[in-house]
Amino acid sequence: MTTIAFPIPRPTHPSGVWNWITTIDHKKIGVLYGVTAFLLFLSGGLEALLMRIQLAGPNQNIVSAEVFNQLFTMHGTTMIFLAIMPLSAAFFNFVVPLQIGARDVAFPRLNAFSYWTFLAGAIILKISWFTGGATNAGWFGYAPLTSVQQNPGTGIDYWIISLQVLGIASLAASFNFIVTIINMRAPGMSFMRLPLFTWMTFITAILVVLAFPVITVALIELYFDRAFGMNFFNVAKGGDPVLWQHLFWVFGHPEVYILILPAMGIVSDIIPTFSKKPLFGYPAIVLAGAIIAFMGWMVWSHHMFTVGLGPIPITVFTITTMAIAVPTGVKVFNWMGTMWGGAMDFKTPMLFAVGFVAMFTIGGISGVMHSMASSDAQQQDTYFIVAHIHYVLFGGAIFAIFAGIYYWFPKITGRMYNERLGQITFWVIFIAFNLAFFPMHFLGLDGMPRRIYTYDASMGWNLWNGVSTLGVVMLAVGILMFMHNIARSWRKGDVAGADPWDGRTLEWSIPSPPPEYNFAEIPEVHDRDDWWARKRREVRREVPVGGGSGEDETEHDIHMPQPSYWPFVVSCGILIGAFGLVYPVANYAIAAIGVFIGTVAVYAWSFEPVNDPEEGGDHAAH
Amino acid sequence: MAQHAIAHGEHEPTTTGLNHRKMLMWAFLGSDCMFFGSLIATYLVYKNRSMAGPLPEDVFSIPVTTVSTFVLLMSSMSMVLAYAALTRNNMTTFRIWLASTAIMGMTFIAFQVYEFRTFANYEVVVKCSDVGVAELTPVQQQVAEKCGTPDEHDGKVEEVVGLTPRTNLFGTTFFTLTGFHGAHVTLGIVWLLSLLFLSFKKGQVTPERNLDVDLAALYWHFVDVVWIVIFTVVYLFGVFPGY
Repeated sequence: MTTIAFPIPRPTHPSGVWNWITTIDHKKIGVLYGVTAFLLFLSGGLEALLMRIQLAGPNQNIVSAEVFNQLFTMHGTTMIFLAIMPLSAAFFNFVVPLQIGARDVAFPRLNAFSYWTFLAGAIILKISWFTGGATNAGWFGYAPLTSVQQNPGTGIDYWIISLQVLGIASLAASFNFIVTIINMRAPGMSFMRLPLFTWMTFITAILVVLAFPVITVALIELYFDRAFGMNFFNVAKGGDPVLWQHLFWVFGHPEVYILILPAMGIVSDIIPTFSKKPLFGYPAIVLAGAIIAFMGWMVWSHHMFTVGLGPIPITVFTITTMAIAVPTGVKVFNWMGTMWGGAMDFKTPMLFAVGFVAMFTIGGISGVMHSMASSDAQQQDTYFIVAHIHYVLFGGAIFAIFAGIYYWFPKITGRMYNERLGQITFWVIFIAFNLAFFPMHFLGLDGMPRRIYTYDASMGWNLWNGVSTLGVVMLAVGILMFMHNIARSWRKGDVAGADPWDGRTLEWSIPSPPPEYNFAEIPEVHDRDDWWARKRREVRREVPVGGGSGEDETEHDIHMPQPSYWPFVVSCGILIGAFGLVYPVANYAIAAIGVFIGTVAVYAWSFEPVNDPEEGGDHAAH
Repeated sequence: MAQHAIAHGEHEPTTTGLNHRKMLMWAFLGSDCMFFGSLIATYLVYKNRSMAGPLPEDVFSIPVTTVSTFVLLMSSMSMVLAYAALTRNNMTTFRIWLASTAIMGMTFIAFQVYEFRTFANYEVVVKCSDVGVAELTPVQQQVAEKCGTPDEHDGKVEEVVGLTPRTNLFGTTFFTLTGFHGAHVTLGIVWLLSLLFLSFKKGQVTPERNLDVDLAALYWHFVDVVWIVIFTVVYLFGVFPGY
């Protein structure tokens, strides 16, 4: 392959910061995603803690009403786009190629680009705290609260531009994982043998690919209204704020499943492992995931029951919303059926996974309550909704992510976390979570609206608000315990070995941490839960376990894609360009510089071969 | 199989035998469908809801846009011919058709620029003798109110009303939708010209490495198909009464 000579040589950094900046190894990118997203999760948690301290008692004035508005908006946006989605992406990156028996993702450089662009989006959003105030219109930014007349600062603009940049990152990652999962499966790994986490990643990626363009258009329209005085949501010229709600929720409801399906995938891998049983009803649970994703497009208007859509749409969306509870219920019964009669081993990942099933079911049931429009009219914009969303997203998604971190920690680091501390942490987080969020059901039914910065003592909301704040403080303690465990075990934990859980899927067939090339030989797959089946087969035949599984530490002649500067440079261009677009400090010169850097880097990227034949030519025999 | 994989510049065979990059392109186009779908939906939601003129029936010139549409559709054909010439290793023919495609794309963009400028300077002329006799569009009625005032000259009144993205909902949605389509075409032109430039470098664009051209062609055809929808929904439905 002839290449156009480019003046900048290929990066060769065996270690250090440049190694991380130029890496295209899916495992390192997974770690980058995980660590970054966890830090952002802490920042979102801090925002929540400030809100809860403000609401701990009546008539407090610890933060002002204006700052409170910014806190709840940033908390929601951070947790959804900067914490749960990228934490899921961390697992996509680390785990999916290992589960399908691949050496990397289909587009390793695009993968690095996704991470750095995600980081750029996160920087833009978080920096708005220090540039004259963050966004304050709620995480779904309803028009006309976001209009330039109502909201003249730059907070909304940072929010718009940040979400656009994050959208680019999510789309690039999703294209990558769709192709990886379709096209990089090991021989014999048919779709109906895919581990559940890979299945749910695949479905999630399809949802991202179809849902994110809709929010992109909605945000473009909002940006054009603000920056160029267009009329999309300008009521004076006939614009309709309800259009924003439709566009937002056409994206927003699939987004809910983008957040929860990876969590369901993690749990569906953990529960069979710690029950020593195959997943009960594998085809049903796969199909249920697909049906949830499909029906997720038919329920968006249940967020808008109080807008005045008229009886026909309300009836239709009530029915579809109730119906989507059915495949979700199928999954819950599948998990219970897997545990039923199994040799259950309550290690920390299993505790979190079972906690997920219980907490998510509570959140699911309050969700079905909202599907009834007449009931929803009472609950709309009260703390009951806040309780519901935290049961599905904290008790659901975050519990599953904690389960996943404990579960794959030995694979990622090669070391074992402290089991005793892990179990104590689970109980602290479990109790704290319920203390913090269960009382919100009572507050909501008592009529406490969400997003109020304080309340009067005579409202009768003092007790449960106090309990909730106590729960959040305890939750912070639990998170600190978790961080202590992870940080300490990463350096000093016991050596875990390749397969500490007697795992079922392919990632447990290779050493911990996995070598750069993952699989010395690409495995051939004969069963669902192939590694589990292989171990049983080979025990019967008394053949040593691990043949062809990469446990041989000697050097292999495997030609891996090489690191690259360009994904990082393109993302830098996007970051600079995005800052140039923030209105009303819009500075199109800065935007032009960003576009220029990005364009040059895109061309450099496309002229740079994935594998340089000149380098490592002795490996060319492979 | 191995031959096939190498032909697409890949190192390892894939599970399905399909090329990674081609699959990514299809996924991207699916995503772009939702992008244009949302813009078209916005346009349709706001159709007939503008509170002031000019409206589609005032500004659209179907003959002019038909010509530019024809040019864009013909560019798809020349794209097909370019790709076919490349696979037959007929490099000169390939370059001619590739350049034609880009030139037709540029022609389309030139038409669009002309159209946008015409709309922005849209001038209404009303014969005052028509008032109350002939059927006037809302924007004509708006201008006709000046009849009988000193603005009337030779029995006519005229005013530059102008359609800009700020004028009304039609302007906002029309310019955003067609503007993003134009941006897609422009990106396609840059892509085609890059390939044309590369085809003069040894070994960059060859019959064996035709995937780069194949992907650009997919993108180009997609952008054309989107225009067919826009031409029908925005232009044709815009001028025919009853839609």
